[in-house]
Amino acid sequence: MDYANYVYLAVILFTIGAATVLLRRNAIIVFMGIELMLNSANLAFVAFSRINGDLTGQVVAFFVMTVAAAEVVVGLAIIVSIYRSRRSVSVDDINLLKN
Amino acid sequence: MTSGAEAVLFWCLAPLMVLAALGLIFARKAVHATICMVFVMISLAVMYIANQAPFLGIVQIVVYTGAVMMLFLFVIMLVGVDAGDSLVDTLKGQRWIGWLLGIGLGVVVFSFLGRVSLAGGKGHAETVANNPAEIARVLLGNFVFPLELVGVLLVTAAIAALTMTHRRNLTKRIGQKELADTRVASGARLTPLPSPGVFAQRNAMDVPALDPHGQPVEASVSRVLRARGQERDAIYDPDIELLDEAGRPAPSTWDRSVGSGASAPANGESESTAVTEDSGNAESTSNEKED
Repeated sequence: MDYANYVYLAVILFTIGAATVLLRRNAIIVFMGIELMLNSANLAFVAFSRINGDLTGQVVAFFVMTVAAAEVVVGLAIIVSIYRSRRSVSVDDINLLKN
Repeated sequence: MTSGAEAVLFWCLAPLMVLAALGLIFARKAVHATICMVFVMISLAVMYIANQAPFLGIVQIVVYTGAVMMLFLFVIMLVGVDAGDSLVDTLKGQRWIGWLLGIGLGVVVFSFLGRVSLAGGKGHAETVANNPAEIARVLLGNFVFPLELVGVLLVTAAIAALTMTHRRNLTKRIGQKELADTRVASGARLTPLPSPGVFAQRNAMDVPALDPHGQPVEASVSRVLRARGQERDAIYDPDIELLDEAGRPAPSTWDRSVGSGASAPANGESESTAVTEDSGNAESTSNEKED
């Protein structure tokens, strides 16, 4: 088996995550799609790190995890505060700037 | 090239991961999508460990599965588990455009990967034994400034989450002192309500207590029982009247028809007859009086 298979798997997961962001209306599930994309990028980083024999890829994946954790905290706080004021987590209902 | 065992692991795990990730698109409920996501995260940790990155595998389980996905579950619990997707298209054909863009992205990236040679690879067989120490060497050697920036970012994110979810009170906070002051000012009862039945002839929830004058204390019966009409009279209950056979006249200044049987005589005229007669004969005595 080739190392590249991990990269192909990462690409498939990234595509599914992007499709989730485009297709789902629930803001929480959209958020999980973003998480899936970040994780697949991590998998690609780790696979490339192994292909090149360089640990920098793993360090960058570590940074991605940290930034993703911060992003999750802020994003979920936004979702909760929107739910408090609008009683909905559907991204269709957040249209205050429309018209 | 990898070992045969790793190939078996990959081909067992990768299809399951793709299926679970597809569950993110097709699951109706947000909780099911979250569980699918947790499976993907744990499988990714296994993939990292198989990819000679054991430190990242552990961090993946601790940070993502342990913290991030549990945070997702908490938020789903906060906003309501059954908050499903709306099925109405606000944008016409948005679903098909979304599918088209998603599949198009996959085609583009795959065609790009096809032009890149990824064969072979060095691997880090010599550093995998002390992988965390080697990562720390790179992290604290080449990436010190980004590491400090990430620290600032985490503090900022924590403060942002606190301010974002903070709610300011619209009115003045009502504490214990304010509650006590309003109660005294309104002249309401300050002490606890008397307990029912304990000082009456029987110890039951639905029988009112008697005060020192022998009068029932109405407030001693639960408000719910009074509203339902399920309370019993302390005096005119037939079981209790058996205890009255000592000849002591029942104090009849208190008259309530709720809950008492048909044997309860009327208020004023019963004073002379009900004292000597049994309670079962109350009707006959009233008949005699009419005669």
